[in-house]
Amino acid sequence: MSQYILRRLLIAIPSLLGISLILFIVLALAPGDPFSELATNPNVPPEVREALRMKFGLDDPIYLRYVHWLVAMVHGDWGFSFVSRMNVDTLILQRLSTTLYVIGSSQVLALLIAIPVGVYAATRPYSVFDQVANTLAFIGFSLPTFFTGILFILVFSVKLDWLPFVYSTDIKATGIHWVGEQIRQAIMPVMVLGLFQAASMTRFVRSAMLDVIRLDYVTTAKAKGIGQRRVIVKHVMRNAMIPVVTLIALQIPAVFGGAIVTEQIFRIPGIGSLLISSILANDTPVVMAVTFVFACLVVLFNLIADVLYGWLDPRISLR
Amino acid sequence: MKLGTELQTMIDGVKNGRMDRRGFIQRMIALGLTAPMATQLLAVGGVAMAQTPSTYKPTKRGGGGPLKLLWWQGPTLLNPHFATGTKDQDGSRLFYEPLACWDADGNLSPVLAAEIPSLQNGGLAADAKSVTWKLKPGVKWHDGKPFSADDVVFNWEYAKNPATATVTIAAHRDITVEKIDDLTVKISFKKPTPFWADAFVGAPGAIIPKHLFQDYTGDKSRDAPTNLKPVGTSAYKFVEFKPGDFIRGEINLDYHIPNRPHFDSIEMKGGGDAVSAARAVIQTGEYDFAWNIQVEDEILLRLEKGGKGKAVYAVGGDTEFIALNFTDPNTEVDGERSSMKTKHPLFSDPAVRKALALLIDRNAIKSVIYGRAGRTTANFLNGPEKFVSKNTSWEFSIEKAIKLLDDAGWKPGADGIRAKDGKRMKLLFQTAINGPRQKTQAIVKQACQKAGIEMELKSVVASIFFSSDVGNPDTYPHFYADLEMFQIPMSQPDPAQHMRRYHSSNVATKANKWQGLNFPRWVNKDYDAAIDAAEGEIDPVKRAAFYIKANDIMWEDTVFIPAMHRLKVEAAANTLRPVLSGWANETDNLHEWYREA
Repeated sequence: MSQYILRRLLIAIPSLLGISLILFIVLALAPGDPFSELATNPNVPPEVREALRMKFGLDDPIYLRYVHWLVAMVHGDWGFSFVSRMNVDTLILQRLSTTLYVIGSSQVLALLIAIPVGVYAATRPYSVFDQVANTLAFIGFSLPTFFTGILFILVFSVKLDWLPFVYSTDIKATGIHWVGEQIRQAIMPVMVLGLFQAASMTRFVRSAMLDVIRLDYVTTAKAKGIGQRRVIVKHVMRNAMIPVVTLIALQIPAVFGGAIVTEQIFRIPGIGSLLISSILANDTPVVMAVTFVFACLVVLFNLIADVLYGWLDPRISLR
Repeated sequence: MKLGTELQTMIDGVKNGRMDRRGFIQRMIALGLTAPMATQLLAVGGVAMAQTPSTYKPTKRGGGGPLKLLWWQGPTLLNPHFATGTKDQDGSRLFYEPLACWDADGNLSPVLAAEIPSLQNGGLAADAKSVTWKLKPGVKWHDGKPFSADDVVFNWEYAKNPATATVTIAAHRDITVEKIDDLTVKISFKKPTPFWADAFVGAPGAIIPKHLFQDYTGDKSRDAPTNLKPVGTSAYKFVEFKPGDFIRGEINLDYHIPNRPHFDSIEMKGGGDAVSAARAVIQTGEYDFAWNIQVEDEILLRLEKGGKGKAVYAVGGDTEFIALNFTDPNTEVDGERSSMKTKHPLFSDPAVRKALALLIDRNAIKSVIYGRAGRTTANFLNGPEKFVSKNTSWEFSIEKAIKLLDDAGWKPGADGIRAKDGKRMKLLFQTAINGPRQKTQAIVKQACQKAGIEMELKSVVASIFFSSDVGNPDTYPHFYADLEMFQIPMSQPDPAQHMRRYHSSNVATKANKWQGLNFPRWVNKDYDAAIDAAEGEIDPVKRAAFYIKANDIMWEDTVFIPAMHRLKVEAAANTLRPVLSGWANETDNLHEWYREA
């Protein structure tokens, strides 16, 4: 098993290098200038823009800039943001907890809905419960988050005035009130993201369960008189979870990306909104770092998925 | 000349108290001058600049609770010398203060200065080559150290150093700042400078403390810890900053203006978009104030119905305009399009330019797009009042445009498109991607079609359009189109820098990597002469006349067709009493804000 993990880790290094090189080239070739805002300001002479470009090495050749970046990165220096002149790692760390809190909660919510509903629906295919769950799931994943987000705001903030729609990182209350406020302001974004995720996951859990439930060994187990609940939990679910784990693990980096829209709507200061504003400001060091973090997440969760496979089905890790 | 002597008598009258200020201004208005123009007359006659009386009501410091501001583009750094946009200036200005700031009429009011320099108090030299600022005594930085002339001198040295690469370098590099005593600084200019209030004034002129920045000048400027944790002199002390997201400050109990500020703490939240920011203030009241709500008026009116806030406006000089290309964008000379060696095939005929000006339906643009946030105008220079030309007027008339083109020999062909000498009237009209701009384009295109002009519309992503990327042909200074539309913010109530841009020495070409600011590539000797003369003219009335003349030359030549004089739009809670100026940043007069009980 440890050898298996080691092998996987070694493969990850060249892939990350390749990803970083491609990201860097794409960003370097993309049009735009971090100091474009100065262009229409008559108080700022063009020489200042030139001087800033020189100072931040924007006019160096691409390969030189990439080597600089890579060497610094290996030394743990993520560079600094052109726009806020702050270290990129500080910027990302500042926002990480919020992202993890909101996205983590929405992911947990999605699992809490998807697994029981999917499993229950699969055990009674085409029952009323299954039909209703299916319909809701279809509606759920056909509605984009920017639509449900605004709908939630209109209903719960504007009409009913129950929940705030501007996410605040600075809540003045203490103790239990602080916890309460944190939960209150996270309800809408977590629901929006969580329900969207739950919808597609429910469909997936259901079909994975159905695939396994029809296999002969399940029929045999039932014939031997093992109780329905035990058959489902011990025999069916464990096998059905393999593709589900893949889906969830591979989806998590995508969720970070998908949350960008939600973060923007509710003004959640997460990594996604950092990425958006940095792209708009052409702040390449931040865009590079954030996208690279996403790439690392993809690789990491692939690895986790592989390890989980090995645990769920030991045949996979042997070779 | 007779008027001149009479004026002098009257100004003397105000000076020695025979006539009061208001009486003088009323007489001037009766003579057809505007109030700010009359104020300027007094200033040059040796009477100090008027100060608009404060509307501030609270009688004690604090007690106003928190003030919650929503900036949909949150500040990303808090050093006024590095502020790459108004959002950063706004954020820096929460903690740092300038010597003086602009009020709604374009007059200065003192902040860290004890008084506004004038000829009368000896602050302004009669030859306009120096200005002496007296500093307010007893001002302390938030860490308790005294504020003094050394800080002002340090800011000059810091900003003019090219290695620091500040965005405020232009205001500082051509002046000399010296300390006379602890509370007096003298700024000297190389030549007579009528606009003496550039350095140390307004949000870009906010002053940073010498004792915390002196070890971080030049190349080390980025390492200053105080870049992110400002220690200023303002009404609010710094507490917390998350770039792009959040700033918090608390009341400064040692603030140097009595009874101020009203609020106990201040927070500025960033992110999101303009419409939802307007909603959070006007409709749900979650926030007290939102900045820059440039959304369609129809949406604001809908939100305002039964809401907790309203839209508020400030008049400045921002003009949305359509610029005409005086060179040919479709012919390449020495590998350069829109080269100075070419002439625009259609626009070299003044009748075509005049016809285009007749085809811009400003009333439609106002009613469909800008609503309360726009004023129709024929001028490029729309403020302050004393610089606005009264000699121009605009008209929308398709018939007149058609007649003009017919008379000039541009006859419609078989397809209805006009042509002359084999040149078809087909125009490419570009702008930055933006809802109101694209709607304006559509309105213009429709009118042009009726007059037999074919118009192709193009819109470029704003981050490219406004970039200084030399390699990208779609930026506005390249101007590889026939027409383009945008707006250049007028950040000072003085037109010198704004109008200097179109001097013929500033033409944007390949040779200067398109860094020149005169992008229509328009050359006019009379204009150059007016601008040059204005810059050396000390008499404000004559100086204003030069700028009005420059504006009229532009109008006569149809270089810019103004589409709308745009107002600043903000959202404020019904109980909030913000003090705004079209000539200042929104946070510039924050110490004067309060909440009505």
